[in-house]
Amino acid sequence: MKIGRLGKSQGAACAGACPAVRKGGAEPDAKDRICPCYLAHVAAPATPTNLSLQTRNPTIEIRGLAKTYHVYQKREGLLASLGGLFHRRFREVRAVDGIHLSVQAGEFVAFLGPNGAGKTTTLKLLSGIITPTAGSATVLGFVPWERANAYRRRFALVMGQKNQLWWDLPAQESFRLHQQIYRIEPTQFERTRDDLTDLLGVRRLVGQPVRELSLGERMKMELIAALLHSPDVLFLDEPTIGLDVVAQHTIQQFLRSYQEERKTTILLTSHYMKDVAALCRRVVIIANGRIEFDGSLDGVIDQFSGHKIVTLQFAEEALVGGAPPDLGRFGDVLEVTPPKARVRLPRHEVSHLLAEVLGRWPLEDIVVSDPPLEDVIAELFSRSSAPEIEQAEDDRAPMVT
Amino acid sequence: MFTSAFTHWTIFRIALQERLVYRGDFAIGTLLRFLPIITQIFLWHAVFAGAHATAVSSGASPQEAERLFGYTYQNVVAYYLLSMLSRAFSSMPGLASGVARQIRDGEIKKFIIQPIDMGGFFLLGRIAHKLAYYSVAIGPFALVFFLCGDYFDTPPSGAVWLAYFASLLMAFLLGFFLELTIGMIGFWFLEVSSLLFVYMLFSFFLSGHMFPLDMLPAWAKVIVQFTPFQYLAYFPAAVFLGKIQGPELWRGLLIEAAWVALFIALSRVALHYGLKRYSGYGG
Repeated sequence: MKIGRLGKSQGAACAGACPAVRKGGAEPDAKDRICPCYLAHVAAPATPTNLSLQTRNPTIEIRGLAKTYHVYQKREGLLASLGGLFHRRFREVRAVDGIHLSVQAGEFVAFLGPNGAGKTTTLKLLSGIITPTAGSATVLGFVPWERANAYRRRFALVMGQKNQLWWDLPAQESFRLHQQIYRIEPTQFERTRDDLTDLLGVRRLVGQPVRELSLGERMKMELIAALLHSPDVLFLDEPTIGLDVVAQHTIQQFLRSYQEERKTTILLTSHYMKDVAALCRRVVIIANGRIEFDGSLDGVIDQFSGHKIVTLQFAEEALVGGAPPDLGRFGDVLEVTPPKARVRLPRHEVSHLLAEVLGRWPLEDIVVSDPPLEDVIAELFSRSSAPEIEQAEDDRAPMVT
Repeated sequence: MFTSAFTHWTIFRIALQERLVYRGDFAIGTLLRFLPIITQIFLWHAVFAGAHATAVSSGASPQEAERLFGYTYQNVVAYYLLSMLSRAFSSMPGLASGVARQIRDGEIKKFIIQPIDMGGFFLLGRIAHKLAYYSVAIGPFALVFFLCGDYFDTPPSGAVWLAYFASLLMAFLLGFFLELTIGMIGFWFLEVSSLLFVYMLFSFFLSGHMFPLDMLPAWAKVIVQFTPFQYLAYFPAAVFLGKIQGPELWRGLLIEAAWVALFIALSRVALHYGLKRYSGYGG
């Protein structure tokens, strides 16, 4: 029994449970031979909703999926450019490095990760745009990179800031074209189109050339175009990126009510916490091409943050006499603006701090809270990210063969 | 089957609309693009005048003096107009570079995720573009043909007309799939403009675009036989003028059809393998 490719954290979790590892001599394998022990203890999502559904066929099933790019390394300078005519150096970038995921029908899953984590690459693999270097995936029972028409009619992909609509023509022409391409029945098409344009408030803009719309309006049109054929699976790649707060909010509300009504399976990638918090119960955190966490948002804080934030509001008279207590002993003092003080400290220190302060200083208010989710995730990303990955996946599309 | 035809019509209609969005560009482009034809005719006139003078001064008969490689001035003009007509069918401006650009900046993704046949989509778009262009350009074209009507000898017979139309249709398909294949090379090279330049160069000399292929030296004629270029301009014109007759005509048509089939197959193969190595550039 060989162990599938595991990340450090995954390997550590697996090592304890797996008899093969305990016996010693088991080697990580680059092919997609997966250790059933790993699947049972590590890869299976821990949220209660999924445990009960595990026996049914998942809508999206990913096993050991990996995609490696060969990226041309260019050195700086003119001499290097000339040298590049004769000899090119390449580096391997493991954009997706063996991920396992199961998504049931009707789930709304968020893919969170820093730039270069592999989120967009995963979506491209699931849409059939690129083929993987290893591993397998099925969506609705189809292998995406076979690009069967039957599959393509049942899913949609929306990429933030990218256009799928005809630039010079009004959106309604692109909608007509979609109707034909996806073979949507005419009355059904008109009803869906009118519903969607009303919900997103862009009814009066459908006759305007797409190039004349603002970014927010264009994104809404893109969304509508993607949903005209009522896909069973929807992939959203950073749909609210670059949009103003109001537009973001509108789209979030829209997605939420759409998903609740239609039970579409949605995979959303984002690095905006607000998108995620508003829409998804299940969060998959991906970094360096590997899945670091798969569960609920609250679970993220539990698992990744051992800290709490304590806000103390001292009574006025307490500070007249002397200086506030030296809170730095317990943790990081985030802010001291009398009469308030905020400290970030490890969980086990909270009781010590409270014991110390409550006894000696009169307090008006104490709040013990979790650190903001953004901070937790940012810390998680910075812990696991490597600078070269961010370089490789940036939007300027480096030379790739 | 019916829905499929309606889909084609919608794609066609939308591509046509797109052509007509920029009215000024469209008007100037279509109406003035026939002007180079006029200048070319003047060029041939000058060439023949010079050749005539040289021939007469070296003692040739008047009959011989007015011919160059067996063509009189009138013959050449007639040929030239016909080759322009062939090129109206077979030239595909911006096709290969457009496909390569779409690959490079990621626009091609929408064709990969939608349930459409990419090649078919481009073909319909190109038919629409040509129709839009020639529905207006036919005016000046017809005028020039009318003015030079005397230069044409006997009109062709029924069978030859049929062969002529067949050759024109195949010239369109050949030009399309040839440039589509070059565009597909964009999956490997990302930038195909140099390759296109080489193609244009060969096409320029070996297609009969600038001068009838009869004027090429013997060794060049041999090379031409093995390339598809002549079918883009020379062959249809030669068919119409009656230069190619009988079994040679049918053989030529067959070879042209074979070239079309080859490039259709090549473009599909290139698409298949190109998508395999596609990395999804452009975000």
